[in-house]
Amino acid sequence: MTFALKELLYKMADDQLILGHRNSEWTGMGPLLEEDIAFSSMAQDKVGQSLALYTLLHKLGESDPDTMAFTRNANQFHNCILVELPNQEYDFSLIRHFLFDTAEALRFEALTHSSYEPLAQLAQKIRGELRYHTLHANTWIKQLGTATPESISRLQHSLELALPYALGIFEPSPYEAELMAAGIFEGEQALQDKWLVRIESICRQTSLVLPDLKVVTPVLGGRTGKHSEHLQPLLDEMSEVFRIDPGAEW
Amino acid sequence: MYGGGNTFEGIKTDSLAQEDPAKLAEFEARIERGEKIEPSDWMPQLYRRQLIRMIEQHAHSEIIGALPEGTWITRAPGFKRKMALMAKVQDEVGHAQLLYSAAETLGKSREQMIEDLITGKSKYSNVFNYPTFTWADCCFISWLVDAGAIVNQLANAKGSYGPYCRALDRICAEESFHLKYGHHCVIYLASGSAKQRQMFQEALNRWWAPMMHFFGPSDKISAHTEVLMRWKVKMGTNDEMRNQFLDMYVPKIWELGFTIPDPNLKKNPETGKWEYTEPDWEEFKRVINGGGPCNKERLEVRRIAEARGKWVREALKSNKTAYVTPLA
Repeated sequence: MTFALKELLYKMADDQLILGHRNSEWTGMGPLLEEDIAFSSMAQDKVGQSLALYTLLHKLGESDPDTMAFTRNANQFHNCILVELPNQEYDFSLIRHFLFDTAEALRFEALTHSSYEPLAQLAQKIRGELRYHTLHANTWIKQLGTATPESISRLQHSLELALPYALGIFEPSPYEAELMAAGIFEGEQALQDKWLVRIESICRQTSLVLPDLKVVTPVLGGRTGKHSEHLQPLLDEMSEVFRIDPGAEW
Repeated sequence: MYGGGNTFEGIKTDSLAQEDPAKLAEFEARIERGEKIEPSDWMPQLYRRQLIRMIEQHAHSEIIGALPEGTWITRAPGFKRKMALMAKVQDEVGHAQLLYSAAETLGKSREQMIEDLITGKSKYSNVFNYPTFTWADCCFISWLVDAGAIVNQLANAKGSYGPYCRALDRICAEESFHLKYGHHCVIYLASGSAKQRQMFQEALNRWWAPMMHFFGPSDKISAHTEVLMRWKVKMGTNDEMRNQFLDMYVPKIWELGFTIPDPNLKKNPETGKWEYTEPDWEEFKRVINGGGPCNKERLEVRRIAEARGKWVREALKSNKTAYVTPLA
């Protein structure tokens, strides 16, 4: 059981850390000051959430959070590939934020009922933060998804690009049945079904066309440490100073 | 973060002759009594122009200042530093937002100000035209450049223009956290390994001259700004600000065991003033006029960000969606 639980915590912690890191790359580069600030807030929330999840892992016997975040290699990370992809233009970052945070909001909503009490408590806190992330995403998708021919076509293109990776959020795990039986987590498929309903509902309020998911091939592998070429350079950058002297306090 | 150094060049007071003498006298009397001037109040053109110039440069300094530190967010060592640095740089961008709004009350739009920044027409604080080679450079900025900014900003917060003073009150409160964060980072470098100490000493060697330049040319050579002092636009001379900074922070730097790269730096016990090697003001002018190591890069990054975000700003002007303010 502990192994299955750790696997769940690792993939969630790694997702938050890597997307938080990507969001923070918008600092000073946003399309307008208000968005610069918004992406920075979400980055801080996500990195903070990853710290809280790594802390749960630490209590289960894993290394301390800094060691876990700053010294593992890409093949030891369990995040989905969606979050490690470069930010690209704002349209891609926004679509990713929309697709990912909609899933996160549902995930942590469900986890508030987890039988693993420390996780249920943490999920309660994270869920509150994610409300603002989805509110932000939905507001922007509705605005840009109806505004100008350019904004609509950019979002549509990014939606099609991101969707196969977004399905990778729900990559099934061999240990899931165990977690479901113990009432710890409801499973990725249940999450994906609810996710699709929410995504469709927002897209319907815009000029965006959600592709038929039956013909989209999910990009999997992230949950088992098989990543794109983008993750290792991100980790190298993240640990650049830390590695100067891993024993030092900074 | 902001230094008043490059704000005030020679002021031409000719335009004052065209102002209504009665209104001008009443305006000056209000300032003399310590009242704040508000956006809809009468003010001389020269006052308006100088304030726009000052607040705009301050705002630009905040967004350009986000760049040298911002590049270290993705490299900050450990969770604690990473989260704190993200919040700190976010604050700086937030300061820009506040300040552009304050300047807009005087009649210049944010779009026009940003346009003037990226075309090089308006300036920003000189100190951000230098590179951050290592983590220690980033720590130097967070501690000491922010410290210098606070010296300037606390003085300016007592100025005469209401919206600017109110923005500065809030900015100073946030900057005081930056200062604590920066000081904390430097204490860890100072009490860490030999390598960490060396990193900060090297950063100090690189940044001392820009830091002395930060407060602007010496009073002996700087432009006369009496009218701006009388109107409480400029609240202290460059040398006064520099002296105040040295008085507060040189002892703290020494306390940590670092060497400030100026053998002539000492406090004169009789005058109570700091003495130092005269900074190279030709270098200061050269950097302000575009010749610094990072001027081109900083403006280019800003230009690219503006160009990449243009479609988003255009799309915001379209209001096909009936938008309801969320209650959350």
